[in-house]
Amino acid sequence: MAIKLPIYMDNHATTAVDPRVMEAMLPFFNDRFGNAASRNHSFGWTAEEAVENARAQIARLINATPKEIIFTSGATESDNLAIKGVAEMYREKGNHIITQATEHKAVLDTCKRLEKYGYEVTYLPVEKDGRVNLEDLQRAITPKTILITIMYANNEIGVIQPVAEIGQIAKERGVLFHVDGVQAVGKIPVDVQKDGIHLMSISGHKIYGPKGVGALYVRRKNPRVQVAAQIDGGGHERGMRSGTLNVPGIVGLGKACELCQEEMPTESVRLASLRDRLKQGIMGQLDEVYVNGSLEHRLPNNLNISFAYVEGESLLMGINDVAVSSGSACTSATLEPSYVLKALGVGEDLAHTSIRFGLGRFNNEEEVDYVVQRVVETVNRLRELSPLYDLAKEGVDLSKMSWKAD
Amino acid sequence: MAYSDKVIDHYKNPRNVGSMPKSDPQVGTGMVGAPECGDVMRLQIKVNPETQVIEDAKFKTFGCGSAIASSSLATEWVKGKTVEDALQIKNTDIVRELSLPPVKIHCSVLAEDAIKAAIGDWKRKRAESESQPEASTAAAQGD
Repeated sequence: MAIKLPIYMDNHATTAVDPRVMEAMLPFFNDRFGNAASRNHSFGWTAEEAVENARAQIARLINATPKEIIFTSGATESDNLAIKGVAEMYREKGNHIITQATEHKAVLDTCKRLEKYGYEVTYLPVEKDGRVNLEDLQRAITPKTILITIMYANNEIGVIQPVAEIGQIAKERGVLFHVDGVQAVGKIPVDVQKDGIHLMSISGHKIYGPKGVGALYVRRKNPRVQVAAQIDGGGHERGMRSGTLNVPGIVGLGKACELCQEEMPTESVRLASLRDRLKQGIMGQLDEVYVNGSLEHRLPNNLNISFAYVEGESLLMGINDVAVSSGSACTSATLEPSYVLKALGVGEDLAHTSIRFGLGRFNNEEEVDYVVQRVVETVNRLRELSPLYDLAKEGVDLSKMSWKAD
Repeated sequence: MAYSDKVIDHYKNPRNVGSMPKSDPQVGTGMVGAPECGDVMRLQIKVNPETQVIEDAKFKTFGCGSAIASSSLATEWVKGKTVEDALQIKNTDIVRELSLPPVKIHCSVLAEDAIKAAIGDWKRKRAESESQPEASTAAAQGD
């Protein structure tokens, strides 16, 4: 099979809309353009029916009920609504929130804002493998704790948190549990009942659905969870999120969830085998490459590797017909390397050399083999150019050298 | 981020990659930056003791494409210049030549530092050899 370039292997950032999803969405841009809130004519009823169908498709994927699904503009909004909404609604009960160091910025920065308003936030560290320590979590809970917010799986390293265990702790201690499920939902089995989840953020565009649509699962019984609306208006979505529903987007999100559910048993196996092929291809041909984060508790489609002595952005430049991303400072606006890798205790020197590969539904073996070959040749070329590789070959311990950084 | 054609050219075809023996009295070595910062440049010059002209230059760089390009360009520019002329190379010249965006200016600063460090090392070596009478021959002129 001929390979079509460039190859997209950055599926944690976003995914292509599946053609079947797009097909499902199209009628809702014109023929069936009605406002789902229009209660007195068929245009509205048609739109409402489509929205309710999508609600059911999403609910099925995560073992929830349709009424527990609130539509939003995306997972950033869902995270904001869950955390700020709970903080506001349960202010009388307490002001303490627990999260962890490798969360997405949509969670971390929301927590930081709440700190300005008098809330207290505990940012749990993670172990070397990227997972939170459950004893740390137990110890962090106080009578003032109202919310634990911990992601299902990390967007950089794909590490899966012990969600069911956290859910159990939250239940025992009477604390609400919000999960940023963006990278996990649709990729691995997620069950809000078994996992003891009270609120969960979902995104459309990470699961082959459209951008600009997401959902928040809000539990309705055992216990009934309430969130204070953060966007006021017409009282849509049971008063929790006002604004005319994005019907085509919602239809797309629903269809995307349905497809993920149908295909997960085979697709997760296929992705894991592609990922392992990628890993073995690279690690079999290069020395001093390190996988960041747990291999055991990991999304099937993620690989995050540090290539010692080769700066990440220069590697990306060398494999410019392959779309992946780097934890190197040079690829970020802040000039700081990945805070996620830092939280794992990965040295800043190695953080600068990390590459994230995110495999997806439309990748195949030929593409993986091509990427392996490009990565290996580029790393070898750049190591020939690297003074650090020279020093390491001479047996110099780089960590013991004194660097004059200007 | 879009790279300028010149950055891409230097990245794909870096000039003067390599090393020279650090112990050679005619060679000056400058190593600047730090692995934690994501940039390390090593720039070496070989100076004719009679004319003070930089006859050869080599580099190796750990860093982004702009850092590689800045140091590659620096070796091209110092070659054939006298030590004093090479000291006049400013990071802003490199920024202009490579059309570096603001976020990459530190790469050019590092390249200027590397030139200065290499020349500084060469001068130090020369001063040391001058303080040993048997070694002070033709190199006694100049600054």
